Amino acid sequence: MTNAIEVSDLVKTFGPTRALDGLNLRVASGEVHGFLGPNGSGKSTTIRVLLGLLRANSGRAILLGGDPWDDAVPLHRRLAYVPGEVNLWPNLSGGEVIDLLSHLRGGLDRRRRDELLERFELDPTKKGRTYSKGNRQKVALVAALASDAELLILDEPTSGLDPLMEAVFQDTIKEITEDGRTVLLSSHILAEVEALCDRVSIIRLGRTVESGTLAELRHLTRTSIAVETERPLEGLASLPGVHDPQVDGLRARFDVDTAQLDGALKQLTNFGVRSLTSQPPTLEELFLRHYGDELAELEGRVTVSPDGTSDDAAAAR
Amino acid sequence: MSATGATLADPPPTGTALAPPAAGGTTLTGTWSLVRFILRRDRVRLAVWIVGITLLVLSTAASIEGLYPTQADLDKAAQTANENAALIALNAPSYGLDTVGGQAVFNVGSFGYAVMALMGMFLVGRHTRADEENGRTELLRATVLGRNAPVTAVLVVAAGAFTVLGGLITLSMLSQNLPTAGSVLYGAAMGLFGLLFACITAVTVQVTEHNRAALGFAGVLLGGAYVVRAVGDVGDGTLSWASPMGWAQAARPYAGERWWTLLLLAGAAIVCVGLAYALLGVRDLGSGLVPPRPGSPVASAALVRPGGLALRLQRASLAAWTIGLGLAGVSYGSVGQDVRDLIGDNNAFEDIIAQSGGNLTDAFFTTSLLIMALIAGGFAISSTLRLRSEEAGGRAEPLLATGLARTRWVGSHLTVALGGSAALMAAAGLGMGLTYGIAVSDLGQVGRLVGAAVAFVPALWLLVGLTLVLFGWAPRATAVAWAVLVACFVIGLFGVLLDLPSWVADLSPFQHVPQMPAQGFALTPIVALTAVAAALVTAGIVGFRRRDAGY
Repeated sequence: MTNAIEVSDLVKTFGPTRALDGLNLRVASGEVHGFLGPNGSGKSTTIRVLLGLLRANSGRAILLGGDPWDDAVPLHRRLAYVPGEVNLWPNLSGGEVIDLLSHLRGGLDRRRRDELLERFELDPTKKGRTYSKGNRQKVALVAALASDAELLILDEPTSGLDPLMEAVFQDTIKEITEDGRTVLLSSHILAEVEALCDRVSIIRLGRTVESGTLAELRHLTRTSIAVETERPLEGLASLPGVHDPQVDGLRARFDVDTAQLDGALKQLTNFGVRSLTSQPPTLEELFLRHYGDELAELEGRVTVSPDGTSDDAAAAR
Repeated sequence: MSATGATLADPPPTGTALAPPAAGGTTLTGTWSLVRFILRRDRVRLAVWIVGITLLVLSTAASIEGLYPTQADLDKAAQTANENAALIALNAPSYGLDTVGGQAVFNVGSFGYAVMALMGMFLVGRHTRADEENGRTELLRATVLGRNAPVTAVLVVAAGAFTVLGGLITLSMLSQNLPTAGSVLYGAAMGLFGLLFACITAVTVQVTEHNRAALGFAGVLLGGAYVVRAVGDVGDGTLSWASPMGWAQAARPYAGERWWTLLLLAGAAIVCVGLAYALLGVRDLGSGLVPPRPGSPVASAALVRPGGLALRLQRASLAAWTIGLGLAGVSYGSVGQDVRDLIGDNNAFEDIIAQSGGNLTDAFFTTSLLIMALIAGGFAISSTLRLRSEEAGGRAEPLLATGLARTRWVGSHLTVALGGSAALMAAAGLGMGLTYGIAVSDLGQVGRLVGAAVAFVPALWLLVGLTLVLFGWAPRATAVAWAVLVACFVIGLFGVLLDLPSWVADLSPFQHVPQMPAQGFALTPIVALTAVAAALVTAGIVGFRRRDAGY
């Protein structure tokens, strides 16, 4: 499988700030790749480097087999982009902007455009200054989705949309990927990433901290178990990989490292399982794992100095 | 606020001091608090307007004595003005031009009234529709605030500001030892005219949803008032009564004062306030009476063609600049024949204008063209800086993420800046050539003066190139371009008076333009200026291609 995007050891500085600090990102052709990170972690900077708007200080970036800076124009004809903050021309109507961007990209499928306008319930005759944030975002989305670009780069595309429109957005993206197109989707909205993405990269402070399929990342996380047994549970706390066990008579709740799930279940069956619910880890938990140490460090600063977290402290600097 | 704990028997707290009891009370609640709030927000802005306009009137009034030292000079100037329809159309009807006071009023002219109106328009628009447009009024109106309070508050401030300003205008005139009655009347007419346009704007902001459109509407009314009185004053004066500016000027300070015309201004202002209240009562907050015109649902072929967007974004400003410079050319051309009469025996004037040599009329045209070229420099710079405002506003990013190359994006706006500069100078020369040519019955003047005007274009292109270099290499320092233009102004207009060393004067590209029509054409400076401009443009594009684009 070829890669639509290949980024390695990318560094971009703005004066004294290191916005990107050795970032790696690999997006395979035909996949929907989730690009996760908190504000200021370098998502938009990475995307702007990939678009040839910013020039990286060092590292390698290959986009659709070309160099994002030197081959910007021919590459841009093959991709569509939705910026995180959509700014429109106050005097131009939404329809005019969609047509303009489509023409500059090299053509317009009017039937597809009109269909998308209807699906997103967007009035193309309103002027840019009268659109709300969500509607400005819809203008950029319709322009991008109406194109036949092989790569879509979407920077938090749904941050201004209501839940109904988010559902429309998800349906449209699913249709697009059936055609074998590639999507790089940066987002905070974890449910959206879970619903759409084949693989995810999580970045923090300009570095990639985790990358893989959702299944792969779940290996690193815990499953929550709620169980009711015939006899009171014993010996739960001493099992490997079990966390926070709470036993209340015949009911018990605990988290277990997904890798140790088998051992825990075997122990449960010894006590006669009456009912059992398990919850797979959510991306929220993945997220908390990666930013949890940031929180811990913050708390550490308030109480005691964090001696044990030297690795993260170095990364934070 | 102070309202807490007040009982019915207490005197009303300051927040409601202005509100009349009973009926209208609720719609005006909170006016007085808003008045203080507006004064707090605008204390610097208002002071600048008031001081600026006072200085304009004071300096004009003070200059009359020096320009026309004797009664004979005044008589001669009055005669010249009376015979020159263009001057009357431009300035004001000719009342008492053989007196110092009459000349002062004439020279401040319609321009002075227009500036007063603009002050009122901006003040009212800013505190009514602009606040409503971006949601600040909603925040305020959700508190204990009457529906008519915001507009009333700003009109109270306007009334106060124009009273102060009118008083200062009166004092300025009195300081020149002018008669008291005329001075008081002139201050009152100026102040009431400004207040009338504040009240007119209070109506137009009810009509449209956007402040820019509301100010545009009021601006059209002001322009209409100016044109109607210009036509009327050139004719028998009847038509001037259809224009509020005509009413103000019909007061005739220093020339048989007619106080009653002030009643027309005051009456119209009161009608406007009533109309504004009535409209406020029938419309929703945030909406206008006229729904905004929907745009086209699809892009026209003209918009998606290369450079189409740049032209679309800049066409309104390009048209306004072209018309403005064309009209400036018309007015300079119309007085060209009378230059000697107008100047009389004033040697200082003659020195300034004739620094370029040749006969007085040609020298006057050369200097006029220089002034207009310097003004056109404002267009050259602002048009080029459109690149920066588009980039900083985040509107370049989606374009540059398409198949549009950076060079072509820059090229589209550059074409407007370079072509527009040429169009502006051509319009200035055309206006000047047409009016002068008609006056002297020699339409050959058109070609001659257009040629002289266009000779300034390479200097403007050089300014464009310089601005582009700043954009390409130091995008945060683009304001330097304006400083350069100011320097060019100082060198061009005051270089001789200031006795600047020639190497300093030579820094301005405008100094190298052949001084036509006073002197002959010279190819070398034109070619040299164009070559420097081309080099700067290239350097600017190279810089932009190398740097990060975005915020």
